[in-house]
Amino acid sequence: MAHEDDPLEHERASWKPSPGLAVAVTDPVHNPGLPPHRERMTDKDPASMKRAVRGVYTLFYLSIAGSIWAIAAYMLFPIESGRIVDIRNNNLFIGLGIAFALLAIGVGAIHWSKAIMSDREFVEPRHATRGRDTTREAAIQAFADADAESGFGRRAMVRNSLIAALVASVVPGVVLFRGLAPFNSPEKPHAGDPVYLLEHTMWKEGMRLAHDPSGEPIRASDLTLGSAVHVIPEALADVSHSEGYLDEKAKALVLLVRLLPEQLVESEDRKEWSYNGIVAYSKVCTHVGCPVALYEQQTHHLLCPCHQSQFDVTDHAKVIFGPAARPLPQLPITVDDEGYLVARSDFLEPVGPSFWERH
Amino acid sequence: MSTATVTEQPEAPAAPASTPARDKPLGGRFIGATANYIDERTSLSGFVKELGRKIFPDHWSFMLGEIALWAFVVVLLSGTFLTFFFQASMVETHYNGAYLPMRGIEMSAAMASTLEISFDLRGGLLVRQMHHWAALVFVAGIGVHMLRVFFTGAFRKPRELNWVIGFILFILAMGEGFTGYSLPDDVLSGNGLRIIDGMIKGIPIIGTWTSFLLFGGQFPGDAIVGRLYTLHILLLPAILVGLLVLHLMLMVINKHTQFAGAGRTNSVVVGYPMMPVYMSKMGGFLFITFGVIVLIASLFTINPIWNYGPYDPSPVSAGTQPDWYIGFADGMLRLIPPGWEVVFLDRTWSFNIIVPLVVLGLFIVLVLIYPFIESWVTGDKREHHIAQRPRNAATRTAIGAAGVTFYAVLWAAAASDIIATHFWLTMEGVIHTLQALLILGPVIAYFVTKRICIALQKKDREIALHGYESGRIVRLPGGEYIEVHQPVDEYERFKLADFDTYEPLVVRPNAKGRIPWHENLRASISRWFFEDRLTPVTQSELDAALAHQHHDLDHIAVEEDLEIQAAHERAGVPDAPHKPIDDGKHGEVPVRPSNVIVPEPEPGAKAPRNREKESDQ
Amino acid sequence: MRAELKPEMARETTRRSKGRRSPWAAAALIGIGLLITGGVYAGASAAMAATTPETVTNSALTVEDGKKLFQANCATCHGLDVQGTEDGPSLYGVGELAVHFQMSTGRMPLQMQGPQAPQKPAQFTEDQIAAIGSYIQSIAPGPTYPDDEVLDGEGSASEGGELFRINCAMCHNVAGAGGALTEGKYAPNLHTTTPLNMYAAMVTGPQNMPVFNDMTLTTEEKRDIITYLLYLQDNESAGGFTLGSLGPVSEGLFIWIFGIGSLIAITVWITAKSN
Repeated sequence: MAHEDDPLEHERASWKPSPGLAVAVTDPVHNPGLPPHRERMTDKDPASMKRAVRGVYTLFYLSIAGSIWAIAAYMLFPIESGRIVDIRNNNLFIGLGIAFALLAIGVGAIHWSKAIMSDREFVEPRHATRGRDTTREAAIQAFADADAESGFGRRAMVRNSLIAALVASVVPGVVLFRGLAPFNSPEKPHAGDPVYLLEHTMWKEGMRLAHDPSGEPIRASDLTLGSAVHVIPEALADVSHSEGYLDEKAKALVLLVRLLPEQLVESEDRKEWSYNGIVAYSKVCTHVGCPVALYEQQTHHLLCPCHQSQFDVTDHAKVIFGPAARPLPQLPITVDDEGYLVARSDFLEPVGPSFWERH
Repeated sequence: MSTATVTEQPEAPAAPASTPARDKPLGGRFIGATANYIDERTSLSGFVKELGRKIFPDHWSFMLGEIALWAFVVVLLSGTFLTFFFQASMVETHYNGAYLPMRGIEMSAAMASTLEISFDLRGGLLVRQMHHWAALVFVAGIGVHMLRVFFTGAFRKPRELNWVIGFILFILAMGEGFTGYSLPDDVLSGNGLRIIDGMIKGIPIIGTWTSFLLFGGQFPGDAIVGRLYTLHILLLPAILVGLLVLHLMLMVINKHTQFAGAGRTNSVVVGYPMMPVYMSKMGGFLFITFGVIVLIASLFTINPIWNYGPYDPSPVSAGTQPDWYIGFADGMLRLIPPGWEVVFLDRTWSFNIIVPLVVLGLFIVLVLIYPFIESWVTGDKREHHIAQRPRNAATRTAIGAAGVTFYAVLWAAAASDIIATHFWLTMEGVIHTLQALLILGPVIAYFVTKRICIALQKKDREIALHGYESGRIVRLPGGEYIEVHQPVDEYERFKLADFDTYEPLVVRPNAKGRIPWHENLRASISRWFFEDRLTPVTQSELDAALAHQHHDLDHIAVEEDLEIQAAHERAGVPDAPHKPIDDGKHGEVPVRPSNVIVPEPEPGAKAPRNREKESDQ
Repeated sequence: MRAELKPEMARETTRRSKGRRSPWAAAALIGIGLLITGGVYAGASAAMAATTPETVTNSALTVEDGKKLFQANCATCHGLDVQGTEDGPSLYGVGELAVHFQMSTGRMPLQMQGPQAPQKPAQFTEDQIAAIGSYIQSIAPGPTYPDDEVLDGEGSASEGGELFRINCAMCHNVAGAGGALTEGKYAPNLHTTTPLNMYAAMVTGPQNMPVFNDMTLTTEEKRDIITYLLYLQDNESAGGFTLGSLGPVSEGLFIWIFGIGSLIAITVWITAKSN
C-alpha cells in the first residue's frame, strides 16, 4: 500500500505528493489479485434461476395488487362520518397498500440484482483527481491570456474598485431586511423598541387578576391552601388575537398560590407584595421562557418542565435546581374593596428570559 | 476531466474495437428513434458512455448515505403534497372539522389547516406522518453515513471538501426539520420556538434585536410561521438540493472509496457496473426505504398535534422535547448548573446560554474541520481511496468514540425527566449523573476504544501470521496440548495486513536553525496520534510465518493420520478412509464423527474384538 | 474467506433396534399428565370459588363499621383519633372523597415510605371504603361525592381540553400519559382513571397535586375536563399506535431502533452475496 502506481502517472510528472508521516514499508505484503469467482446457485442450477425469475415477477405483480388495494381503500374507507375509527382505517389501509406495493417493487428489484444479474466483479482504474500537467498548463495559460488582455492583474485601481463596488452593492439588499421588525409609529410609539417592550407588561396598579383563559376575576377567598391558579390580567381577555393577545399574554402570565403566611420568607421591601400568604409570581421561566407551571403543593416548589429548573415559592421563587439563573419576578398584589385580587403595579423587573440590555 | 470507464473483465474476451453493426436498433425502432432524437439535441450519449457502466464497490456500509438520500426523496414528495393543503398563516380562525376536542377552538390558520389535513382529508394524516417519519429517518441516515465516513477515514484527500459539504447538509437537514415541525403552531413546537427565542435573547449584543427581527416584534407575534415556511419550502431546500447535487457529483468524480482486499489497490475500483446492478440495487433500496417509511407511517402515530392544541404561552406538556436531532442542544441546556449569569458593566451576561452555544459551536466546528486537522498532522498529501478499518486508525476511532459519547450524553439529557419516570429515579439524580458523564464519559470512551483498537490490531496480526484458532485441541506425543491454528488463505491475509501505518513526527530545525512552534505542536499531536502502533507486517515475515505454520501443520497431520489409522485397526476396519466420506448431502458440523460404519456381524459369525473396550481404556 | 476445513458429514442415522415403545410414548405421557393436572386444578378452584362466601352486598356497612376498619387498618399511621402521627398526616377535614380516592386506587394503605404513594391494587371493597369514608366525613366534614351530572361525560370536550392543557398537562402530559416531578415524585398517567377519581383528585389535591376547588375550576369546568379525559380514554389515536404518547423521545427511540435498524439490516442483505 505504500507505493501505488497511477497508471497515467506520466501525465502528472510534476505531482509528487508527500506521504507525510506514513511509514514506508520496504517489503509490503503482496496483493494476490482478485479471488476466483464463486458461482451462485442460480448460475449452477437452471431450475434455481427459473425459481428466482418467477419470484421476481411475482413480486412485481403483487406490487400492482398492492397499488390497486391502496386505491380501493381510498374509496372504501370514507372519513366523512368524522369518527376517529374511520379516519384510522382510511389511513391504515391506504398506507398498508402503498407500503406493500413499494416494498414488493424494492424486494423484487434487489432479488433480481442479487440472484439473476451477473455478479462478476469488474476492475476499473481510477485516475488521479488532479488535472493532468498539460491541462493545468492550459488552464494557467487561459488565465494568463485573459489577464494580459484585460490588465486585471496589473490595474490595481480598476480591480480593487470593482471588488469594493461589488461588496457595496450587496449591502442595500441586506438593509432591506430591517423591515422584518416594526418601527415606532404615532399609534404605537414603542413598537420598534424591543428593550422597552421587554421591560413592560400589561399589569398596572389596580388591574384585577383573572382566570386563564376565561378572564373571570379572582377573589382572595377563592384560594385555599394548596391551590395553584393560572392567572392573566383581567383586561387581557378583551384583547383580540390580531391586537396582540398572545404577545401580551406571553409576558403577563402569572401563577397564584396560597401558603400559610408563616411559611413565607419575605424580604423587607416585599412585605407588601403578598396578601395573607397569597403570592403571585411570573409564570415565564427566567431560563428561556417556557411556562413554569408545575406547582407541588406540599414542597412549595415550582418546576419548569422544559429544562427542569426549580424555584422555591416560600423564598422569593429563588432557583434551587436547574439551569435558570434568576428567581421568578414577583407581581406585587393586594386586594381591592370588593375582595378581588389586584396588582399593585407592573413587575419591577423584566419578566422572562434574560437579554443583553437587562440590568 | 476524465472519468473514462475503462472496464476490464477478468475472464471475458477483450471488448471489440468498434461497435458491432446492428441490423435492428437496440430496444426496437421506437427506442432507437427516441434515443437518436435526444442525443442530437443533448449529447446524451456522452453521458451514458461515461456513467453507464461505471463501477461501484460493494459494501453494506456504503449504502447508509442512500438511506438519507431516499428518505429525502420521500420528504420532498410528501411535503409537496402537504403544501397544497397547509396554510402558513397565523391569522386567527376556528377549527370546525371532525376532531371533537378541537372543534370551535380559536387557533391560527396554520394549526387549523394541519388539523384539517389530519382529520378531514382522505389519506392526509398518512402523508403527514410519512413526511415527519421520513424527516427523522433522513437526519438519522445522515448521522450513520457520517459516522461510517468518519470511522473509515473516507474524508481524507481528495474528499475533505465533500465532508464539509456533507456536514453542512447535516446542519441544513436539522434546520429543515426544526422549521418543519414548528409550522403547525402547536403547543409543543411553540414552546420549542419560545426556547429558541430565549436562547437568542441571551446572546450578547445582538440577541435582543435578532429575536425582534426574527419574530417581527415581540414573541410570538404573527409572522414567524410564515417566515419559517419560506425557509422550510424555499430557501433551505434550495440550498440543500444544490449542495446535495454537488455532494453526489464529487462522489462521482472522486469515485467511491472501498475497503482493502485482494485485487483492490489505491488506483482501481473493484465492483459492479451501474447498469444494471447498481441501478437496480439503488432503485430497489429507494422503494424499500419508501415502503418502510410508509409502513411505519401507517401504523404509528407521530406528532399528534391534536393533543398538543394550538400554541398559547400558558399551557405546556410534561415531556417537552424537540425532535431527536435537536435533542443534543436541549440536553446541553438542561445540564448547565444553576445561577450562571452575571450583570457586568450594566449588561446581562447569560452564561447559561452562552456556554452551551459556544461549546456546541466548538464541537460542530471541530467535526467540520477534522479532515484538515488530520491531514495537517499526518502531512499525507496522497490521494486515499482505500477505506480504513476503524481498528487500524486507533486514535481517530477513539476520538470518534469520545465524540459520539459526548453527543449521546447530551442527547440522553434531553430526556432526563422521562428517564426519571421510567426508571424510578429522581430527575435530580439523572441530571447529576449525566453532568458527570458528560465530562468523564468521553474520556473513558476514548481510553477504552483506543485499547480495544490496538488489541484488535494485534489480533489481526496474529491471525495473519499464525492463523486463526480452529478450536481443535491436539495432544502431541510429548504430552503437550496445543490448539491448532488454521492458516487463513492469502486473500484474507492480504485484507488483514494491507493498511497504512503512521509514525510520530521527529522535529528538525529548519534552515534558520529554529523549530517553529507549529511544528512542535504538530509533533506533539502526532505523538498522541501515532505513538501506540504496530509495526507493519512485511511479506518476508508472512512467508516465514507461513512456512513455520505449514511445518507445524504437517507434523500434526502426520500424527493425526497415524492416530486415525490405529483407531481404525482397533475397530477392525483397517482400510477405512482417514477423511470422512463427502457424499455431498451433509453440511459442515463442528464435530467430526467418523462415518465409517462398522458392519453388524453375520448371524453366527464371531464379532470382531473390540480391543478398546477390552483394554480398559 | 476461510481456509478449507475438512469436509464434515453428519452422522448417518443408525437403525434403532425395534422396541415395544413408540417414540411418541414419552410425549403422550407428558401431555396426558399435564391435562390431568390442569383439569384437577381447574375443577378444584372452581369448586373452591363456589364455596367461598360472597361479599355481603345486601347490607351496607355503617359508620361504626368504618370506624372499626379505620382503627384496625389506618390508625397506626393516621392516629387512633385521626389526628395524625409522625408517619401519616391528620385526616381531619379531608372528606370521604379523599378516602375514596386514596383507597380505591390502592395508594392507601401505604406499603412503605417513599417520595410518593404509588397506585397499586385496592385492598378493600367498595363498601369498606365507603364506610371508612363516611366515618372520616362524620368526624369532620370535607369534600364529598359530586352530583352524577358532573361525572356523566356529557360536557364539552373542547373546553375541557383547553382547561386540561392549562391546568393539568404540565404534570400529567397533554395526552394524560403522566410526567416527572421533583425528587422522584411523578404525576401518574390517567389512562384508567375513573370519572369519580378524576373529580376526587381535582377537589382533594392528593399529595403534591394542587387543590382545584370549585372557585378555581367550577363544577361545569370539571365536568368538561372529565369529558375530555373520557374522550381520550375511549378513542384510539387516528394515526395508529401511540408509542406511549410521550412525544419526540419515544418517536426518536423508535425510529433509531426499528427504522434505522431495519434499514441497515436490509443494506446488509442487499450487499450480501447471493448464496
